[in-house]
Amino acid sequence: MIQTSALSRSQTDLPPTTITTAIPATTSTTAKTARPGEIKIAARGLDFFYGEQQALYSNDLEIAANKVTAIIGPSGCGKSTHLRTYNRIFELYRGQTVRGEVLLDGRNIFDADCDQLELRRRIGMIFQKPTPFPMSVFDNVAYGLKQHYHIGRSELAEKVEMGLRQAALWDEVKDKLHKPGTALSGGQQQRLCIARAIAVEPEVLLMDEPTSAIDPVATARIEELVSDLKERYTIVIVTHNMQQAARISDFTAFFYQGRIVEFGRTGKIFTNPDNKQTEDYITGRFG
Amino acid sequence: MQRRTHLSLDPAFRWLTLTGGLLVLTLVAAIFATLLHGSLPALKQFGFGFLLSQDWNPVTEQYGALSSIYGTLASTFIAMLIAVPMSLVIALFLVELAPPQVSRIVGGAIELLAAIPSIIYGMWGLFVFAPFMADHIQPLLSRLSPGLPFFTGPPMGIGLLSAGIILALMILPFITSVTRDVFAMVPAVVKESAYGMGSTTWEVMRKVTLPYGIQGVVGACFLGLGRAIGETMAVTFVIGNRHEISASLFAAANSIASTLANEFTEADSDLYLAALVELGLVLFGVTVLLQIAAQWWLRRTAKRMGAGR
Amino acid sequence: MKTRSLTLRRNTNRLVSLISASAALFGIAMLTWILGTVIVKGIEAINWDFFTELPAPPGMEGGGLANAMVGTLGITAMAVLLGVPVGLAAGVWLAEFGQQSKRAEAIRFACNLLMGTPSIIIGVFVYILLVLTTGHFSGFSGSVALAVIMLPVVARTTEDMLILVPGALREAALALGVPRWKTTLDIVFRAARTGLLTGILLAIARVGGETAPLLFTALNSPYWPESPGEPTANLTVTIFNYAMSPYDDWQTLAWGASLLITVSILGTTVISRGILWHRSKS
Repeated sequence: MIQTSALSRSQTDLPPTTITTAIPATTSTTAKTARPGEIKIAARGLDFFYGEQQALYSNDLEIAANKVTAIIGPSGCGKSTHLRTYNRIFELYRGQTVRGEVLLDGRNIFDADCDQLELRRRIGMIFQKPTPFPMSVFDNVAYGLKQHYHIGRSELAEKVEMGLRQAALWDEVKDKLHKPGTALSGGQQQRLCIARAIAVEPEVLLMDEPTSAIDPVATARIEELVSDLKERYTIVIVTHNMQQAARISDFTAFFYQGRIVEFGRTGKIFTNPDNKQTEDYITGRFG
Repeated sequence: MQRRTHLSLDPAFRWLTLTGGLLVLTLVAAIFATLLHGSLPALKQFGFGFLLSQDWNPVTEQYGALSSIYGTLASTFIAMLIAVPMSLVIALFLVELAPPQVSRIVGGAIELLAAIPSIIYGMWGLFVFAPFMADHIQPLLSRLSPGLPFFTGPPMGIGLLSAGIILALMILPFITSVTRDVFAMVPAVVKESAYGMGSTTWEVMRKVTLPYGIQGVVGACFLGLGRAIGETMAVTFVIGNRHEISASLFAAANSIASTLANEFTEADSDLYLAALVELGLVLFGVTVLLQIAAQWWLRRTAKRMGAGR
Repeated sequence: MKTRSLTLRRNTNRLVSLISASAALFGIAMLTWILGTVIVKGIEAINWDFFTELPAPPGMEGGGLANAMVGTLGITAMAVLLGVPVGLAAGVWLAEFGQQSKRAEAIRFACNLLMGTPSIIIGVFVYILLVLTTGHFSGFSGSVALAVIMLPVVARTTEDMLILVPGALREAALALGVPRWKTTLDIVFRAARTGLLTGILLAIARVGGETAPLLFTALNSPYWPESPGEPTANLTVTIFNYAMSPYDDWQTLAWGASLLITVSILGTTVISRGILWHRSKS
């Protein structure tokens, strides 16, 4: 068992902590959106329970705005569980409970006055397997837009095109916008899901092993896309593929048995980790 | 592009759907309460003796449920006696012996048999099967078993035995299809390893498929039993409708369901109606108990199967 | 150690194979016998009048069952309107909200109890509830009885079909900021639509041939159905009454009605199974 005290974090490697606790949650109406490099999301003392079973132990993690933060660790270590607290998607299931807080721009998302739907507009999510809705390509992207905005027909078409372009999918699907989304290839479906998520103009994108179900070529395209997208969005990506984490992320958090063992700049984690367990994992000695 | 503000309908949606679920609970409770309330006059008048008396006379206002209960149980027993072994054998044929094409066609036919409405079985039973019984089966049975009281009396065609056989035909497809699904769940590896040891098909069935699936089969039988015991139309047409218990299975008899079907609209006094409702209450009670037993058994089986994996 | 006779083992195997194949053959033979009878006897009754005329008075020749066909369609349609929405709601709650809770288990159990309750008991229940209190038989009470029978069937199949929809699809919609009710009705229902449709079709097929729950609710009538508040002609009770009557013409009409009911119900069953089969293949 690793004690929380064993958590090794080198302060210099962390993003600056300018706004984290400076703004209390109650004054949140005036909270500013984090600028690039500032802290966008901060988990503080986050515990998670599946019924009686504890899955996360006082996780502290800071996600920098407009950077890619990778979460790595062996299967069952809690990396997906951690990610799924950020948009409160776990609340779908009975018996899954959380303790501690997650601050988005300094405001606790678990507060009663936090609107779940607005939270999820601001924080988009991409899943392990592509999840196209059972409707056309166009409607897939338009669906979320229509949910959140009063929007005219021509503007809708414009926004859908923009989303598909940003997801680098437009050229491939512009002639089959009215074909069902499920008719696309796996990699295209996943980019369709990305287009759908970014169409509603979120601030953060959560990606839960987004390339684990698709082929290497499609994976490369998505990795490329992630690097482009960080210009506009803060990205948190869970991955079991360490090369992927090394390639695309700015910061990396290593999870083990529900605890964050090490967190820092990706370069440092992969070349010179402070913690023995991190080193063992990234050199392939376990996991 | 203007932001949409939404009023949350989620609590209302949740509440609305829950109402649907709770309505099912309420219905079950309401059926029980209604039947109990409706049978109060008969309960007060006859007490426990209602279940033990064979008297059923609307003229003298004497009502006893025994002949209906006997007929229900006897016809169900005959049905199970015929349907269970046959279902098992057919299911084994479908899963183990038949080539896939044949299995699909025969399986489909059996399922069609299950979809035929019970009144069709009744019609067919009355106009086709009963005369066939009277002309061929009943004389044969009488000749084959001279001393036995079960197969005596005039071969009228209708009666307890015919009702039992029609019932058997009705529940056969139901038990067969559930049993087939249970057998089909036996992992192929287990069967292959038995074949690999040089077992014949029959030996694999007896030593592997049957023991593996037996608990599911028992559950299927419980459910089939529940169907047979409350079946109305198929029985009403052929059982003969007579409030008397006779040793001979050729004799006309009645069941709870057939009595209700025949007499309910004729009940001209409160006590008559209450007696009929009480019959219904007895039938409802029995099917509830059967369901509870079946559910308990299936759950236990699911747990065991789960633990074995 | 003695070797068991191979010949004996082989012969036993042959015998058992023979028995089980003949049992299966027996099942097919019965189906053919029943369906064959219904078709042969039913076709005699089928003519233009059968579909357009009211029944003739006892002993008179001719007449049809047009009123009973309209009545059965009406009673069943109203049962669908009453039973399907409630069943869908219950199924949604079980799959989406109730999940493994105690309350959900209780409702599931109640569904099973209700499905196992003989349909004639439902008839008695609705008779006391609606016929005794209003003082007259009615097509509406028949619809209520059929709806009560449909309700648990629709609820459980809905639950089963919704559970088959991958959780990730729900999560994807919710993660987009779509409210729960919209996720269920827009996305989950759309993904499960074939299954839901066939579930409802099968439930209709199941109640379409019911007689017992109509015997003392809708009753029967020799006239055209005019309002849901009065006794309503319907095919199944007509079969029962006419089959038990001493008149040859009525018995013929009963066979015609049997054929009509059998064809519609087997047709519905085959179509819905076909849809399911087609879907599982693609």
